[in-house]
Amino acid sequence: MKTANLIEALVADRAAQGRPLARGLVGALVAGAAASLALFLVEFGVRADIAEALVTWRFEVKLAMVFLALGLAYSLCVTLSRPVASGRVAWRLAPLAALAVAVVAIELAVLPTAAWVARLVGSNAVVCLTTIPLLAIAPLAAVLWFLRRGAPASPALAGAAAGLLAATAGASLYAFHCFDDSPLFVVTWYVLAALPVIALGAILGRRLLRW
Amino acid sequence: MRLARQGNEDAYRQVLGRVSLWLRSVVRREMVAAGRSAADCEDVVQETLLAMHLKRDTWDDTQPLEPWLRAIARHKLVDHLRRRGYRDHVSIDDQAECLEAATDPDADARTDSRRLLESLPDRQRRIVEEISIEGRRAAEVAVRFGMSEGAVRVTLHRALRALAALYRKGQS
Repeated sequence: MKTANLIEALVADRAAQGRPLARGLVGALVAGAAASLALFLVEFGVRADIAEALVTWRFEVKLAMVFLALGLAYSLCVTLSRPVASGRVAWRLAPLAALAVAVVAIELAVLPTAAWVARLVGSNAVVCLTTIPLLAIAPLAAVLWFLRRGAPASPALAGAAAGLLAATAGASLYAFHCFDDSPLFVVTWYVLAALPVIALGAILGRRLLRW
Repeated sequence: MRLARQGNEDAYRQVLGRVSLWLRSVVRREMVAAGRSAADCEDVVQETLLAMHLKRDTWDDTQPLEPWLRAIARHKLVDHLRRRGYRDHVSIDDQAECLEAATDPDADARTDSRRLLESLPDRQRRIVEEISIEGRRAAEVAVRFGMSEGAVRVTLHRALRALAALYRKGQS
């Protein structure tokens, strides 16, 4: 086929003009998160003392961290789904790391040393490690499915970003269930819970996001 | 490209035409630099145009177009070179000979797209041919095939996506 002929075929095809990538990704994320929300409400539910928790600084900081992570992961995911390789994208997560370091420092300062380990281990570590990945499954599927429309410079990296986005969506829900609010707990276990989801995203992305 | 995004067909045709000229020179230079025959140059140009078309949502229109185009061209070129592997190694004498014939944009029968088109389902292949080679409009094709115009466009879109997938599998 001549190139000029191919061009005629491309001009006649208008179907690929969908929503811009950034907006479509929000839709996919919301759809996946809705499935996880249903699972969350049926199986876990919001913690009983939510009203009191809302006015404690630890809970508020926890929410700030998971929502900041969600936002940063989203922006990372959009960038990494584009063909133009972008250097040093990991720096985008710097605000989150800075916030984490700051609140951990505050927590260590206000807590007596004897209480550190108890706060770190908390009482929900295993629940946290299983629930966040569980709540991330539907968002991961939805986001990866949508990102097949993307053209990532590196499919594995884009997949990892999708995994991070899904994990932060799962963590955003889980944060309302878990009553371990100490930054020591959150920074440790939430991050550990996100790692397998990121790895899974990278593995699946390598296969699914090639273009 | 911004106009083309708004559905301006003539603008899009012009963009694709200009891009294909630019691509041809870039791809040819790169392939020669990689020590490969430039004989498949037009195949890479076509595959890149197709990718650019199918992935045009990934262009952020607040950014310049060229880096995006370059990135797609590079991705496709690397893919192509990897796929062809050693099969494509030719002596320099062969290359000199190829260079003239190779970059002919009117090459038809020998292109991958021609061969890949043959392996599409019958209806998809015929709709692509009607629109691209015969130059008919979707509305005319719809009448000829007794389909709605919408169905013709859907089939066309599926065919283009299938073509892109065939390129990727390297059945060429």
